[in-house]
Amino acid sequence: MNIHEYQGKELFRSAGVKVQEGVHCKSVEEALAAYDSLGSKVVAVKSQIHAGGRGKGNLYCPNSGDLLMEGGVKIAFSRDEVETYSENILGHILVTKQTGPAGKLVSNIYVEAGCEIAHEYYLALLVDREEKQVLIMASTEGGMDIEEVAEETPEAIHKIWVNPSTGLLDSQKEDLGISLDLSGAALEDFVDMIGCLYDLFVSNDCSMVEINPLVRTKSDEIVALDAKVGFDENASFRHKEWEDLRDYSEEEPTETRANEAGLSYVKLDGDIGCLVNGAGLAMATMDVIKLYGGEPANFLDIGGGADEAKVQEAFEIILEDPNVKGILVNIFGGIQRCDIVAKAVLAASEKMGLQVPLVIRLSGTMFEEGRAIIDSSDLDCTSVETLAEGAEAIVGLIGGGK
Amino acid sequence: MAIWVQEDSKLLIQGITGSQGRFHGEKMVEYGTNLVGGVTPGKGGQNIELAGNEFPVFNTMMEAINQTDADASVIYVPPPFAAAAIMEAADAFHQIKGEGVIVCITEGIPTLDMVKAVAYVNEREGIRLIGPNCPGIITPGDNGGCKIGIMPGHIHAKGRIGIVSKSGTLTYEAVAQTMSIGEGQSTCIGIGGDPVNGTGFIDCLSAFETDPQTVAVVMIGEIGGTAEEDASEWAAENMSKPIVGFVAGSTAPPGKRMGHAGAIISGGKGTAAEKFAAFEAAGIHIARDPSEIGAVLKVALEESGLL
Repeated sequence: MNIHEYQGKELFRSAGVKVQEGVHCKSVEEALAAYDSLGSKVVAVKSQIHAGGRGKGNLYCPNSGDLLMEGGVKIAFSRDEVETYSENILGHILVTKQTGPAGKLVSNIYVEAGCEIAHEYYLALLVDREEKQVLIMASTEGGMDIEEVAEETPEAIHKIWVNPSTGLLDSQKEDLGISLDLSGAALEDFVDMIGCLYDLFVSNDCSMVEINPLVRTKSDEIVALDAKVGFDENASFRHKEWEDLRDYSEEEPTETRANEAGLSYVKLDGDIGCLVNGAGLAMATMDVIKLYGGEPANFLDIGGGADEAKVQEAFEIILEDPNVKGILVNIFGGIQRCDIVAKAVLAASEKMGLQVPLVIRLSGTMFEEGRAIIDSSDLDCTSVETLAEGAEAIVGLIGGGK
Repeated sequence: MAIWVQEDSKLLIQGITGSQGRFHGEKMVEYGTNLVGGVTPGKGGQNIELAGNEFPVFNTMMEAINQTDADASVIYVPPPFAAAAIMEAADAFHQIKGEGVIVCITEGIPTLDMVKAVAYVNEREGIRLIGPNCPGIITPGDNGGCKIGIMPGHIHAKGRIGIVSKSGTLTYEAVAQTMSIGEGQSTCIGIGGDPVNGTGFIDCLSAFETDPQTVAVVMIGEIGGTAEEDASEWAAENMSKPIVGFVAGSTAPPGKRMGHAGAIISGGKGTAAEKFAAFEAAGIHIARDPSEIGAVLKVALEESGLL
């Protein structure tokens, strides 16, 4: 789960990580009032969407598709500029490298006091799955695309790993600061900041914190000018406060609905709906559909041991997708009983009406019972034995394929 | 021989009185697993009936291992308490026996809890953690066998193919594929698809390499991380037995979590294409479609003079 920059900065502020003063706004009037209240001649007007690359993104009118402004993060030197920039941002579509061509509607901006930058750095905390520890990465090449830096000058990225038994050592904080050529007051400030940030990462169950840029000001203070914060969804049971930070408009509504039903669903661009048990098998099902020349419309994992209601909800989600021209149900039952899936597919088809070709592969626990339920019904579908047969059949039935 | 768990290994269930623990406890006993008892804090002293047999319930792992001399434990404890259960088991096995296998089935454990738990396990030599968020480990026997986890027992048969996989249902698919060419399994291990887990691919490959019962390995990966690439590099240097590999997620879009917390392509890293390429470079036999694993395995066995 991701949150907005303005929410991330609020977390930073309360954790003791220095940020500039700023105000979250939802209208041009609020932006102007924010400008007046900040008392800073220069402010940044920043589009708030969850995707990165905002600075280099472009804003478009959602109706006409006209380009309104280049750059989703603007530096305003006057009240008039604040007005122009916030008008161009709010209610418009921001397209960045990470949003895809459809872009994101911007409903929030953050107006932040400017500061005098001496140098820009990059800083990120994440869980390194290979070392199985929290990794802190820093670079003197701030403000840049860090993937490019990693590609071209990997030696410019400094890394430290935190042993969970000891926590982040003072010597590590100091070493990381020195590797960024910091000294004196700036180094002291950095050491304090990194300690606060690591504590924030752990106590908030973050999956990622990225600050690009982190800056040294002309008065040798270390300030976070950006805040990209992601949480580990597995820890949501101990963070009730996340509910208030969640912005549902940033999420695909069907994914939210599936999530609430305990299903794992990701919307894709193709036209073959898939209903599968297990994440690995669900991905493999998409892959094999593609191998046979089709395009999956979704990833859908019903999990293990789903009951009839849950499978029915899953099948309805697929039926409701207007892009779906055919459906492949692929079950290899372990904990999951095939007869439950068969009953749920029947029930959903009766309720909603089945207008597209359906191919069903049932294997594993209670597959005979499942197939018998399908065979003895008047459901219009094709039963197959293997995933490959299933993929070939559904691609053929919708008239696609190589 | 098989790896890590033998046909008669003695097993404890952590969370034995919960619904998951009871349900899968029954299935494991029915399969023939040598279950010797279980642990639920506060419920020690009672007995629990599973598949017509009575098993003792203990309050702690220390007590349970002392009383039963168990070799392994399986964890069906809910996510908020699972990491503590892993650490309790690791400590108890280490203190009492100096060795032990811990299999954690639980899905949805916070990643930072696992960072702590894995470090704790690694500090205790002789302790092996499998999982979390995995189907478990099974060593099929001549008569039943040792099934630790949630996999359907009936699809397996004792044999000479080792299987290691990040995914649950794809492991079953791989098992069915070996059966389709008349081959059984030595040991099948689901290592789980979480970002931070215990046993990895290399641990499994290395154990299969030295296991006399195993002649070939099927390895199933998923997008995310670089475990498949690292395992390929290791295998090229150290494996003499043939490997058949598949990776799920060729069509997964970047930046989207595909079910498993760990199955995500981030920063352009961890794609299926990179992993298949690493397999190929290491001389691993590739199946592009899980329904082909059997056929590819057959070719690999023939090439090695094993058929």
